[in-house]
Amino acid sequence: MKIALAAIAAALIGLPYLGLPAFYESFGYLLLSAIVLATSWNLLSGYSGYFSFGHGAFFGVGVYTTAALAGKHGWNFLWTLPLAALAATALGVALGAIVFRVRALRGELFALLTLAITFVLATIALNAVDGGPGIMVNVDMPRLAPTASGVLYLLMLAAAALTLWTAYAIYHSRFGTGLFAIHDDEDVAEVMGVPTYRFKLAAFAISCALAGLAGGVHAVFVSYVTVAETFSIALAVNVVLMAALGGTRHWLGPAVGAVAITVLLYAFTGGDAAVAGRALTGLILIVVIVAMPQGILGQILKRFRTKTPSRAVVRAEDAPRQAVTATTGPLLVARGITKAFKGVQALAGANLEVRRGEILGLVGPNGSGKSTLINVVSGHYRADAGSIRFEGEELVGTPAHRIARAGIARTYQIPRPFPQLTVLQNIALPPMFGQVVMHRAAAEREAWRWLEFTNLSDKAHRYPGELNLHQRKFLELARALASRPKLLFLDEVLSGLTLSEMDGALRLIRAIRDQGATIVFVEHVMRAVMELTDRVAVLTYGRAIAEGAPAEVMRHPDVVSAYLGTAHV
Amino acid sequence: MPSATLLGQSVLSGVFIGALYGLLGLGLTLSWGMLRQVNLAHFALAFLGGYLTFQLSARLDPFVILALVAPVFFVLGMALHWFFLRFSVTLLNTLLVTFGITSIIEAGIQWYWTADFHRMENAYAAVRWKLGPLFVSLTDMVTLGFALALALGTWGVLRFTDLGKAIRATTEDAPIAAAFGVNEKLLGYLVSGLAAAVAAVAGLCLALNHTLAPVQIYAWMGVVFAAVMMGGLGRPIGPLVAGIVIGVSEAITMAVTNPTWAPLVSFSLLIAILLFRPARF
Repeated sequence: MKIALAAIAAALIGLPYLGLPAFYESFGYLLLSAIVLATSWNLLSGYSGYFSFGHGAFFGVGVYTTAALAGKHGWNFLWTLPLAALAATALGVALGAIVFRVRALRGELFALLTLAITFVLATIALNAVDGGPGIMVNVDMPRLAPTASGVLYLLMLAAAALTLWTAYAIYHSRFGTGLFAIHDDEDVAEVMGVPTYRFKLAAFAISCALAGLAGGVHAVFVSYVTVAETFSIALAVNVVLMAALGGTRHWLGPAVGAVAITVLLYAFTGGDAAVAGRALTGLILIVVIVAMPQGILGQILKRFRTKTPSRAVVRAEDAPRQAVTATTGPLLVARGITKAFKGVQALAGANLEVRRGEILGLVGPNGSGKSTLINVVSGHYRADAGSIRFEGEELVGTPAHRIARAGIARTYQIPRPFPQLTVLQNIALPPMFGQVVMHRAAAEREAWRWLEFTNLSDKAHRYPGELNLHQRKFLELARALASRPKLLFLDEVLSGLTLSEMDGALRLIRAIRDQGATIVFVEHVMRAVMELTDRVAVLTYGRAIAEGAPAEVMRHPDVVSAYLGTAHV
Repeated sequence: MPSATLLGQSVLSGVFIGALYGLLGLGLTLSWGMLRQVNLAHFALAFLGGYLTFQLSARLDPFVILALVAPVFFVLGMALHWFFLRFSVTLLNTLLVTFGITSIIEAGIQWYWTADFHRMENAYAAVRWKLGPLFVSLTDMVTLGFALALALGTWGVLRFTDLGKAIRATTEDAPIAAAFGVNEKLLGYLVSGLAAAVAAVAGLCLALNHTLAPVQIYAWMGVVFAAVMMGGLGRPIGPLVAGIVIGVSEAITMAVTNPTWAPLVSFSLLIAILLFRPARF
């Protein structure tokens, strides 16, 4: 494998020295630039799902930076390349810093915004930089290869190698896992500890930098830069096509698509063939999208997907829990929490105290604010007023991923697994972003432990969609546990389970507590609440009305009236 | 600073071009807002309609041609919807698939009518009126009339009829609407067919007022999408109002400064609206 790679690298680098016709270098250059653009686009758009139609704009910024500096002002061509990358990055970061804060700007709206950016930049470039007729870029070539086209080929080869290496490294890193989680469910990812804003911004920055770099080289390749050719929508769309064709869920997918489309377009150049080629590309696109929604590479890899788990070695020793710290005082204290959704007052000054090591039952009628309270504590919503202290640290106003890192985890009432990650990957995610940051391999070892704990080992390489409700609930539980939280919120884990499944779940919850976690148990099944909890808090109309030992609380007159109504006899 | 007459004429031409933006946007906003399909092929379809009008105008009146083309497009729209349902194409993939369809239609147009610019000769183009110092042409008024009638008509149907209520319910939650007895499949075909039929109308207006060339298909996309987004998805009058705002502001920009600055106005408007009023989508 290594020898093969080295041989390919040597052949690619050696191409300009063979004295072949310039066509080979130019065609190689086109292939490589397509690979750079499609792969760099995929770093943001494929990995995190923020589809950009503005890749042409960042490429264009690179083109115009080099064209202006090297072409107009006579700077050394090589020196302008980092600046081209930097200019594109600066634009991307400035844009992302605004756009990524707006929660509603996802999906197709982000796509349109980036499309609009392209037109705006094209207009500015046309009027402010270019002046209309275009810029001639005649530069002194560094003597890296016998011919000018050979030099450009080598530069683009270096850019392609850098891009592919970056895509590979990110794909296998914590960063990449976080991006894939953002792709599937950004809100859950944030609550699981992924710093979504920072990750999106970083992915955007890297994606733009690589596009800008390619643009810088390309300015010299075309040697005559015009706005119409540079900021074309065709480029943005082609890049999307390449990535979608090859497969956006794999680091190598866009490169496969880039080669396929470039070769295809080349096969139909000139005259009537070009028209036929465009029609054929359109047809292929339709067929591929319909027949292989995951792209060529995605489809191929699906065949090799392991269905039977290759079990990792789970060490016998028990989980090294963080010791229950002896510090006295409650673990979490919430005071006067209010939260309103337009007119609806979901929480109206709720108080809650969670003691270390206990299982606290949180009960109340539907709509009493239990889930909202969990959403506020976990940082999904920001409280309108009040304070939540967790081990002395204020949580109100803290981003959700910091709260996760502090050691608070939750489950969702309706399970929200990441649909395009396997069960194992789902569970391995929180440990990578928890209190102790783990690398992917360590996190997966940890995940295996929780798979066994919840009896899901044989489903490790399945996708959540292939599980039944009971298994999805357990997946939800395993994912919350895998980060080894100090405080765990269980939001109606028992609803929808059969009696025997419920017994299994109760055993699990006890086992979790015995390992040292503190649990807040939100539930409507009173049998389970009475059996399991040390204390119970009752919420109605967004306010806690009683707190204490289960049997006592249940006899409390306010609680009785909240559940059964007042006696009028 | 240009004269008042020039400025007035600019505003007027901005209104007319805005009407065409609105007309093109109407079909898009319906299929996007109601069917969750982003139909890039809408532009190619409108141009195909324009070319057909151009081709047949030697023998037939443009409005007779429309009566022939619109039903055919209605069927094409239904066929597209069938395709999306049959292969359960996701929203993002509808974008890619319809881009593929656009390439095919564009190639077909270029093959038959070549890449040259064409301008339809017709008797209507000569009819012009003088409104004080300003000129208004019949073909412009036709565009505005169609745009107003179709946008208001669609709005009225959605707002006041049982059919409209059923469509709005399906838009909000198709399975629930179906559970209450709404035939959501049939409605989907209806909306998709109507959107395509509106493309035929837009095609007629394109042929009446503008030159036709295959590359022009892409030139309209950006601005019309801006109008659709600004108008709010699924709102029939939205693209028309937003289109006129864009058209007028572009026209004024062109009159006051260099025409090449015009795109900056529309897209800056779109960006600003996306950033500061996202709640309405």
